[in-house]
Amino acid sequence: MFELFSYGDAGWGDEILRGLAITVQLAIVTLPVGLFLGFLAAFASMSKLAPLRYLGFGYTTVMRGLPEILTLFVVYNGVGLLINAILHWWNPEASPTEFSPFAAGVVALGMVFGAFAGEVLRGAFQSLDQGQVEAGRAIGMTERKVFWRIRLPQLWRFALPGLGNLWINMLKDTALVSVIALDDLMRMTKVAVGVTKQPFTFYLLACMIYWAMCVLSELVLARMEKRANRGIRRAS
Amino acid sequence: MSQPDVILKAEDIHKSFGQVEVLKGISLEARNHDVISILGSSGSGKSTFLRCLNFLETPTSGRVTVHGEEVLVRDGKPQNIRHIEEIRARLGMVFQQFNLWSHRTVLENVMEGPVHVKGESKAHARERAEALLDRVGLAERKQMYPSQLSGGQQQRVAIARALAMEPDAILFDEPTSALDPELVGEVLKVMQSLAAEGRTMIVVTHEMGFAREVSSEVVFLHEGRIAEQGAPDEMFANPRTDEFRRFIANAM
Ligand SMILES: Nc1ncnc2c1ncn2[C@@H]1O[C@H](COP(=O)(O)OP(=O)(O)OP(=O)(O)O)[C@@H](O)[C@H]1O
Ligand SMILES: [Mg+2]
Repeated sequence: MFELFSYGDAGWGDEILRGLAITVQLAIVTLPVGLFLGFLAAFASMSKLAPLRYLGFGYTTVMRGLPEILTLFVVYNGVGLLINAILHWWNPEASPTEFSPFAAGVVALGMVFGAFAGEVLRGAFQSLDQGQVEAGRAIGMTERKVFWRIRLPQLWRFALPGLGNLWINMLKDTALVSVIALDDLMRMTKVAVGVTKQPFTFYLLACMIYWAMCVLSELVLARMEKRANRGIRRAS
Repeated sequence: MSQPDVILKAEDIHKSFGQVEVLKGISLEARNHDVISILGSSGSGKSTFLRCLNFLETPTSGRVTVHGEEVLVRDGKPQNIRHIEEIRARLGMVFQQFNLWSHRTVLENVMEGPVHVKGESKAHARERAEALLDRVGLAERKQMYPSQLSGGQQQRVAIARALAMEPDAILFDEPTSALDPELVGEVLKVMQSLAAEGRTMIVVTHEMGFAREVSSEVVFLHEGRIAEQGAPDEMFANPRTDEFRRFIANAM
């Protein structure tokens, strides 16, 4: 039993750990991309300019309407084709490049995260106490200062619970990239199952690892929420 | 003679929200050391007028002059937002709902403007903030968050926050209206001490006692116009309009 999980050729420990590392990397790289897209979507959907608003809402509804795995395929195949088409147009001699599954995963998961995060952030912006914003203006702050010193710090308080859920969803959605041949935790597990014919053992192991990552995330999130809520009297 | 001590001058201020004209031509001049109380029933336009003075609302027409410099407005928009920001830094404002920044401590609330608007050093700003908090009787609570204070205490912090900017004049919008009756006194006392040291103040209030005893001038707004204006003793003794007579009768 133990040699199954050991390192080296005999066991699967190193493969699984490498898969875990890929999964964690993918999630951590996707987060800032998704947050960035989320802020863009939130600003666009609150914009005074109608075309920007339509763009923001359009992005949100499209991403919400598509199954994640479809988004992933579209990005992986579609964007790969697009890049190669551009490359070919620019330099017909160039040999076609592969769009890496990792990059495709970041883009696809980031776009999904961004669409949902946009909604969370928009709601959070609208929940801000307008009086405190005015107090910033009244003291002579520029709009930029008001944003960085008042709106943004207060935003987390309203946005963190929603963003935390999105993070945990995204962490689990990383498993989808195993279908485009990225050697993440899910794929390595499947490989191990295929070779050893011990599905129960390895799927159970994967379950426990994903679950542990969720628990860890929840602990960190709880701390962050506590910090963001400093000074706020709780309705209890 | 020029008017060296006119701090704030508003001329023929009009303000409409959509089709509704809320201010119908209001003029007011605040000289150094003036304490002007603005009275009027709910909806008469008091807050709107006050907010036009520091451009939290942009007047539809009319002129606002601060220290002899006119604020230029065209097509319902201020021409120079930098100028507006400078003016706001020189005019303190105290709100009915206090509007302290809930994510910052009492001390940080008071230091925020000096450090992040005026660019004072933190050490210097802290020293002054502590002195101001001491003055409003809240030195011991400087590390608390606003939500841990009573309304009266929050409003006193808000006054300290305004004072920290060393403003030329302070605008108050019903500073005691959101307070429990037993907390009104502590805030009025601070305001009275500000008046006594010669601060220029424009105060929207329902506190007849304050208007009568503390202010140097009373302005009574009715339906977006100044219905009556003058020295408090004179005005309260001999109201000239029916509206003001009814207003004081209701308030007493
Ligand atoms: N942003 C706004 N949009 C539309 N109407 C507004 C706005 N702000 C104020 N008003 C209207 O303008 C009128 C005057 O409001 P204002 O708040 O200046 O009155 P007030 O004298 O301060 O009353 P109160 O004593 O209740 O504070 C009211 O009818 C109000 O509904
Ligand atoms: Mg008002």
